[in-house]
Amino acid sequence: MAATDTVSPPAKRSGMRWLVVAIPFAWLLIFFLIPFFNVFKISLSTRARALPPYKPVFDLSEGLSGLWSQIQQLSPATYLQLVSDSKYWQAYLSSLQIALISTVLILVVAYPIAYGMARTRAEWRGALVMLVILPFWTSFLIRVYAWIGILGNEGLLNGFLLWTGVIDRPLTILTTNWAVYIGIVYSYLPFMILPLYATLEKMDDTLLEAAADLGCPPIQAFWKITFPLSLPGVIAGCFLVFIPITGEFVIPELLGGSGTMMIGKTLWYEFFNNRNWPLASAVAVVLLLILVVPIVLFQNVLQANEAKK
Amino acid sequence: MRKGQSWFNTTSVALGFAFLYAPIIILVMYSFNDSKLVTVWGGFSTRWYFELLQDQAMLDAAWITLRLAFVSATVATLLGTLAAITLVRFGRFLGRSVFSGMIYAPLVMPDVITGLSLLLLFVALGVDRGFWTVTLAHVTLTMCFVAIVVQSRLVAFDRNLEEAALDLGCPPFKTFLVITLPLILPGVIAGWMLAFTLSLDDLVIASFTTGPGATTLPMKIFSQVKFGVTPEINAISTILIAIVATGVLIASLVGKRREVERQKAERLALRGG
Repeated sequence: MAATDTVSPPAKRSGMRWLVVAIPFAWLLIFFLIPFFNVFKISLSTRARALPPYKPVFDLSEGLSGLWSQIQQLSPATYLQLVSDSKYWQAYLSSLQIALISTVLILVVAYPIAYGMARTRAEWRGALVMLVILPFWTSFLIRVYAWIGILGNEGLLNGFLLWTGVIDRPLTILTTNWAVYIGIVYSYLPFMILPLYATLEKMDDTLLEAAADLGCPPIQAFWKITFPLSLPGVIAGCFLVFIPITGEFVIPELLGGSGTMMIGKTLWYEFFNNRNWPLASAVAVVLLLILVVPIVLFQNVLQANEAKK
Repeated sequence: MRKGQSWFNTTSVALGFAFLYAPIIILVMYSFNDSKLVTVWGGFSTRWYFELLQDQAMLDAAWITLRLAFVSATVATLLGTLAAITLVRFGRFLGRSVFSGMIYAPLVMPDVITGLSLLLLFVALGVDRGFWTVTLAHVTLTMCFVAIVVQSRLVAFDRNLEEAALDLGCPPFKTFLVITLPLILPGVIAGWMLAFTLSLDDLVIASFTTGPGATTLPMKIFSQVKFGVTPEINAISTILIAIVATGVLIASLVGKRREVERQKAERLALRGG
């Protein structure tokens, strides 16, 4: 790493060097950061029967005085609506709840898989990692869609359970929160397995041997040694799944029913079905404010993990 | 390792992979089902693939999606590689934390937020929405994934090789092309592929930023899925899975081979030196 830190003498630097920073920086500034300010501005607008369906639109043709009167038209009305109408804050709460429960479920399912992978023979591990990555590269939409055919009333799972005689009437799984949890755990599992595997694979086995030699039972050794050492992977994985699940749209839309309330779905409906752009923007701004803390923590975790390398 | 533990490990890995793969295998199987009902097996048939070939709207969407993925992945790879070099090589500079924040945040940002904010930007700028607005949106999202993949490659890279070339008077840009790029190439290729599949896959951001005449395949699939499961969707899914799986397998085999050759070359160079 020492070599990376040595700065080459200025004479060697090309004059074009700054472009390397400037191009991606400008791109992300224009297409990622600045749009958020625009969303915030529109969230303060009011709905209008026009194109675009909100006002004011900050038309500069009326000069500075026109601009000032347009600024005065901005109002926090959409935010008051978010607070006063219970369906919005209930959607936020239920998204956070679903995200939290799913994160725990994913961790519980992913840990033994990652642990088992890290303990297989070294020559197989590459292939196993490949097998985890492969479904994660195939379409998210298709993987969610596959569950519709399995979980439906006339789906394969019910068909199988009826055939074995475990149940005598089909279970309603699709269009309930159960289906949403199954879909989320399934879709986000690789995001948890990979960081967990990365930390577990690097673990020094002799620590466990030492614990066993000193008479520590395997389960206690796991909680005292393996789990604490895998914490960086656990934390990275949890953030990696929790944040996007909170804003998830596709899974609750396809697998959930009308009773499944998630804020991503609310935003989509306000935008596409009600064409209420200011309200959809306010929903996005509040969601972003809720997620800012986990996002910043996630970045710190990534940077800390990077620095350790 | 104790015997009991390895039994537990084998079972958890086997169950985990069964869970990951069963839905995909079932989906592929039922794309060859002659019956229109998903639960009834009506015998082996390729009729849904033939029906797919007749569905002009679906084929148009597939063609648009492939072009979109190709263009956006290529631009995203260029920008993402520059961003990775910035992150690894430029040390501290003014605005660095803003920059790295803008690289990491899109990785976890819910699609609905990214999609909405880009759409509102395009509306504010008065741009006609369509193929190019979706391309811009996909580049913005996927360049961050490319940056992360290339970054991990750059961190693992022996800086002395570059220093040597520069000391011997090789101009910086040529050094990059001759020394740096070939060494980080596997990361760049992996980044391109990741960007390609992410773009191929995206429903939410494309739905927000698209315009008339630019319906992508995921949008088409999504609108049909809402009316129920059809074997035709299973067929197109199977084709997509096959394309991606082949691509990823070839890339990983090539990557492994290059890695082995590189290590061999390095050993030879060390012995010779």
